[in-house]
Amino acid sequence: MRSSGTGAVARCVAGKDLRIEWRGRVVVNQVLPFAALVMVAFAFALDNDAVLQRTAGGLVWLATMFSTFLVVQRSYAADIDDGALESLRAAGVDMQGVFLGKSIAVMAELLILEIVLLFVAFVLYDVEISVGGLGLLVITMLLATLGLGFVGVLYGGLIAGAGYRETLLPLLVLPVVAPVLLAATRATESAVGVAGVTAADGWPWVGVLLVFAGVFGLGGLLSFGSVVEE
Amino acid sequence: MNSTPSHASARVGTPATRVFGALAVGGLGWVVFGGLFVTPADVVQGDAVRIMYVHVPTAWVAYLAFIVTAVASAGYLFGRRHSLGFDRVAGASAEMGVMFMALTLISGSLWGRLTWGVFWQWDPRLTTTAFLFVTYLGYLAVRGLDGAPERRAKRSAIFALLAVLEIPLVHFSVVLWRSLHQEASVLSGDGDVKLDDLMLFTLLVGVLGFSALFAWLVSHRQRILAMRDIEQSKGIELAIGERIAEGIDR
Repeated sequence: MRSSGTGAVARCVAGKDLRIEWRGRVVVNQVLPFAALVMVAFAFALDNDAVLQRTAGGLVWLATMFSTFLVVQRSYAADIDDGALESLRAAGVDMQGVFLGKSIAVMAELLILEIVLLFVAFVLYDVEISVGGLGLLVITMLLATLGLGFVGVLYGGLIAGAGYRETLLPLLVLPVVAPVLLAATRATESAVGVAGVTAADGWPWVGVLLVFAGVFGLGGLLSFGSVVEE
Repeated sequence: MNSTPSHASARVGTPATRVFGALAVGGLGWVVFGGLFVTPADVVQGDAVRIMYVHVPTAWVAYLAFIVTAVASAGYLFGRRHSLGFDRVAGASAEMGVMFMALTLISGSLWGRLTWGVFWQWDPRLTTTAFLFVTYLGYLAVRGLDGAPERRAKRSAIFALLAVLEIPLVHFSVVLWRSLHQEASVLSGDGDVKLDDLMLFTLLVGVLGFSALFAWLVSHRQRILAMRDIEQSKGIELAIGERIAEGIDR
C-alpha cells in the first residue's frame, strides 16, 4: 500500500470535513445565527452606542471564540461517532496530515463566521474602517483564525472520545486562546481606529498572533499523533 | 474480595516523609507563631504584611508544583519505560499546585484589598497566575477522564507540556497589553516592603515549611494514586475471573 503524503492527507481530510459541513449545513444554519444572536445580545446588555462602537472588536472576537467551541465539536462529532479517527490511525494514515486537514476545515468555517460577524458589527454597531486599517484587519483575521483553528483541533483531539467533552473543551481552550483574544481585539481596535489608537499600534499584536499560530501549529503537528492515540 | 488486610495498622510513612512532615510542622508552627506574634507590623502596610508569610510561600510552592508536573510529564512521555510512577507524581503535584495556587490567589486578593484598596489588579503577574490556575484545573479535569491509566498518563502528560507552551505566551501578551494600556496604581509604588531580619527569617522558614508540606503531601498522594491504579486493575482482573468462572460453572 502506498502511503500518502501529509499534503494529500490534509487535502482529503479538509475536503471530507467541509463536504460533511456542506451537506449538513450545521455551521451555516446553527452556528452562524448563534454568533449573530450573541452580537445582538451584547447590544442589549451594553445598551450604549458609544460603548458598543468602542468594544466592537472585542465583541466580534468573543463571539468568534464561543463559536469556535461549537465548530470544533462539530468537526469531531462525526469522526467519533463512526470511529473514523481510530480507523484512520489504525490504517497508518499520516496524522500530521489529519491535523492539518481538520485545522484547514475549521479555519475555513471560522473565516466565514468572522466575515459575517464583522459585517454585523459594521451594521449594528456603526463601526467604520479606513483603507489603511483594512489590510491590518485582514491579516489579523487570517492569523487569529490560524491560532484558533490549531488550538481547537489539537485540544479537541486530546479529549476526542472522552465523556463530558462538550463542557470540557471550553475549560481547556479558553485559557490557551487568551492571547489570541487579547491580540486580535487590540489589532481590530487599531484597524477600526477606536479609542484614539491608529493602525500602526496594531502591528505588535499581529506579531503575537503570528508567534501563537506558529507555536501551536508546530506543537500540533508534533503531538497530534500521540494525542489521538487510543 | 472481602478479606481484611493482614497489616491493617501498617505504617505508611517512610523516613523521607517523616522528615518532610517534621519540617512542615516545625516551619508552619513558626510561621503561625512568629508571623502573628513575634515579627513587627510594617510601617506602611501595618498588620497586612503578615499575609505575606503565607502568600509568598504558597505562590512559590504552586510554581514549584507546576514545574514538577511538567518535568514528571516529560519523564513519563520521553522515558524509555513510560513509568506510571512519573504520571502519578505529575498528577499529585498538580493537585497540590492547584490547592496552593488557590491559597495564593485568596491571600493575595485579601492583601491587595488592604494595601491597594482593590481585590484584583490586571497586573501581568496576577493575570498569568490566574490563567495558570485555570489551566491546571483543566489539567485535573483531563486526568479525571475515563480510560486506562496508560491512556490517562499520556493524555495528561501531553496537556502538561502544552501548558508549558501556553503560559509564556499568555504572560507575554498580558505584559504587552498592560504596557500599552498602563493605568495608575491605586497606591504609588508596587506595594513592596522593606523586610527586617526577623521578617525575612519568618518568610524563609515559611518557604521551607510549605515546601516540606508540599513534598509530604505529594509523597503520600502519589502512593494513594498508585493504590487506586492497582485497585482498578485488580477490579478488572477480578471481573474477568468471575466471568470465566461463570462460564466454567455452566
